[in-house]
Amino acid sequence: MSELSVKHLLGIKYLTKEDIDLIFETADQFKEVINRPIKKVPSLRDITIANLFFENSTRTKLSFELAEKRLSADVINFSASQSSVKKGETLIDTVNNILSMKVDMVVMRHPNPGAGVFLSKHVNASIINAGDGAHEHPTQALLDSYSIRERLGSVKGKNVVIVGDILHSRVALSNIYALQLQCANVMVCGPKTLLPKYIKDLGVKVETNLRKALEWCDVANMLRVQNERMDISYFPTTREYTQQFGVNKELLDSLNKDIVIMHPGPINRGVEITSDVADSKQAIILDQVENGVAVRMAVIYLLASKIKQ
Amino acid sequence: MSQKVLLNSKEVNIILHRLACQLIENHDDFSETVLIGIQPRGKFLADRLAQMLKEDYRIKNIQIGHLDITFFRDDFRRGDKPLEANTTEIDFIVEGKNVVFIDDVLYTGRSIRSALTAIQSFGRPNNIELLTLIDRRFSRHLPIQPNYRGRQVDAIDNQKVKVNWIENGGEDAVYLIDK
Repeated sequence: MSELSVKHLLGIKYLTKEDIDLIFETADQFKEVINRPIKKVPSLRDITIANLFFENSTRTKLSFELAEKRLSADVINFSASQSSVKKGETLIDTVNNILSMKVDMVVMRHPNPGAGVFLSKHVNASIINAGDGAHEHPTQALLDSYSIRERLGSVKGKNVVIVGDILHSRVALSNIYALQLQCANVMVCGPKTLLPKYIKDLGVKVETNLRKALEWCDVANMLRVQNERMDISYFPTTREYTQQFGVNKELLDSLNKDIVIMHPGPINRGVEITSDVADSKQAIILDQVENGVAVRMAVIYLLASKIKQ
Repeated sequence: MSQKVLLNSKEVNIILHRLACQLIENHDDFSETVLIGIQPRGKFLADRLAQMLKEDYRIKNIQIGHLDITFFRDDFRRGDKPLEANTTEIDFIVEGKNVVFIDDVLYTGRSIRSALTAIQSFGRPNNIELLTLIDRRFSRHLPIQPNYRGRQVDAIDNQKVKVNWIENGGEDAVYLIDK
């Protein structure tokens, strides 16, 4: 097996276990590359990639751009706030105009769930979903699993709890799919208002007591409360949320084992996680960022190898 | 598909000793020299030569690395099969060193061209030499020649030269296979 089963990366839902293994094995090699004095390889020198960000992003956009440049691809960047989208152009028109400039691959973040799938049906380019609304964020889930594999040796059989705003989180859904594909046990934990009603149908455990969740898990993935997606109040106050679902040093020290703390960023220090936890040895938050570049290089490389000349 | 033995285990052993002696002639105590096996198949030859230099010729400080050239190849997206990456293991800098590339078969020269680019990520070597067990002359696409060669072979394009190693699940032998 040396080829992905898909032409686009639209979501973890469309991948197989073998795809994930191949991405991780390739990412291992790229991780070695990005730690060399010269961090660049010429593989994609005849590929052009457009980064289309219809929604704000710092980490993901930089990580994708760096991954593309490390592979020697030509990169064009687009953000909706400075574009003709404001003048009423449709998504397909915008993308087809960009593709007319001979672009081979599109990395897209969009506020609407399914935007990537929709685009893949209408345009002739490889699409990578860099987050579509509250639906999926596949590369984040891949780098999360890759980081767990790096820290704990494997993902299989590990207990992973995803804590926080599950309802509005694309990271949560992609992580659930990715972890389950790799035979990990998944739990979600958060206020009942922020847990989707039918979440149990995905085969995950549900817990509303943070201490119990942490006692069960090997890894805790702490999510941010996505205030920008909330049209109503889901919990009384931030202070109350922090008291019940925030992780602090005292809570971690009171457990009878060392668990791994992850966070996809951006962190709201003092809300879901305190500074001393975020900066502790148990946290692999910055490893996740480093691994993000290697994993995205692997995804882009493997998808680009399917674009025939 | 028929196959012919080009070199048997005894002949491979004699050639390896000769190549090791030729390396010693030019590189003395190997203090400024590094051996780089080209992945995937040059690794076995490089490891074997390094072991021979250490055990049979008492050379103490052999620096050896393995270089993967997958991401530097010039046929990305051009073949039917996707290119599968191997591991690069070079835990030193080659700046100012004498580098010896080691590969089992020199055919078109394209792998070595890729390796010449790939090694630059680890510094600017003083010079680079090439050692190969089998040199398929008359098949070159690029102006690349070995400095040390085990055996020169005249093989036509639809023949394949296969090098087997004990480490790779078999015996030390070289075969010429008609495809």
